[in-house]
Amino acid sequence: MNSSRRQVLQGSTGMAVMGLAVAAGLFKPGSAWAQAWNKAAFDTKSMADTVKAMGGTGATESKDIVINSPDIAENGAVVPFTISSKLPKTQQIALLVEKNPNMLVANFSIPDGTEAGVTTRAKMGQTSNVVALVKADGKFYYTTKEVKVTLGGCGG
Amino acid sequence: MADPMKIRAAMSGDKVEVKILMSHEMETGQRKDAKGANIPAHFIQTVTATHNGKVVLSADWGPAVSKNPFLSFKFGGGKPGEKVSVTWVDNKGDKRTDEATIS
Repeated sequence: MNSSRRQVLQGSTGMAVMGLAVAAGLFKPGSAWAQAWNKAAFDTKSMADTVKAMGGTGATESKDIVINSPDIAENGAVVPFTISSKLPKTQQIALLVEKNPNMLVANFSIPDGTEAGVTTRAKMGQTSNVVALVKADGKFYYTTKEVKVTLGGCGG
Repeated sequence: MADPMKIRAAMSGDKVEVKILMSHEMETGQRKDAKGANIPAHFIQTVTATHNGKVVLSADWGPAVSKNPFLSFKFGGGKPGEKVSVTWVDNKGDKRTDEATIS
């Protein structure tokens, strides 16, 4: 955290300035970035709801999507995933963990010219099915894989 | 301000392979501290990577992405010496941009 920003926030004049900025619509708390971020999709608890929140109607299972991850993850706090899609015109790749408090972990938008594959690391609370959801040419496809977790990553 | 990202961008065949390691606590909001109070969520929400002003990958993340997130992907059309820029924004509005040169 930037120390000068702290001082601005603490000072009463700073608060007044912030208040003005809010009133003028320059700085809307929480809304500026939340618009770009699809909150509805991240609140979902099932794959069907996630697809709906992303603007789709349903998903078809596909063998052209590959989830590369360990079958047994020792540490649920850091589970590496590589998801790649061979579907033509892949636009979006999302990673979902079925038994996490909220299913959606991450959603990647793939523009033209970028390979349809991403690698990242996710937290898993317990052994669960993992879903890779891919939007290609306007339609949704998915594939699932079970990953066993010996030590959960969401506990205190 | 958050610590800088570690970004590597290297040619892999005719594509550019980008590897990014961000420094962020990625707090889920589900955990409690020693006194039983909730630790508020604090996580990266959006990540954008650009090359020559063109977006080559954008991502929306939830709190279930691991602490100190790692991300890797490949894109076409890059040449050695050009720059790849990556920006993240978290749910508190903090943000950070870093650059790497393609090797």
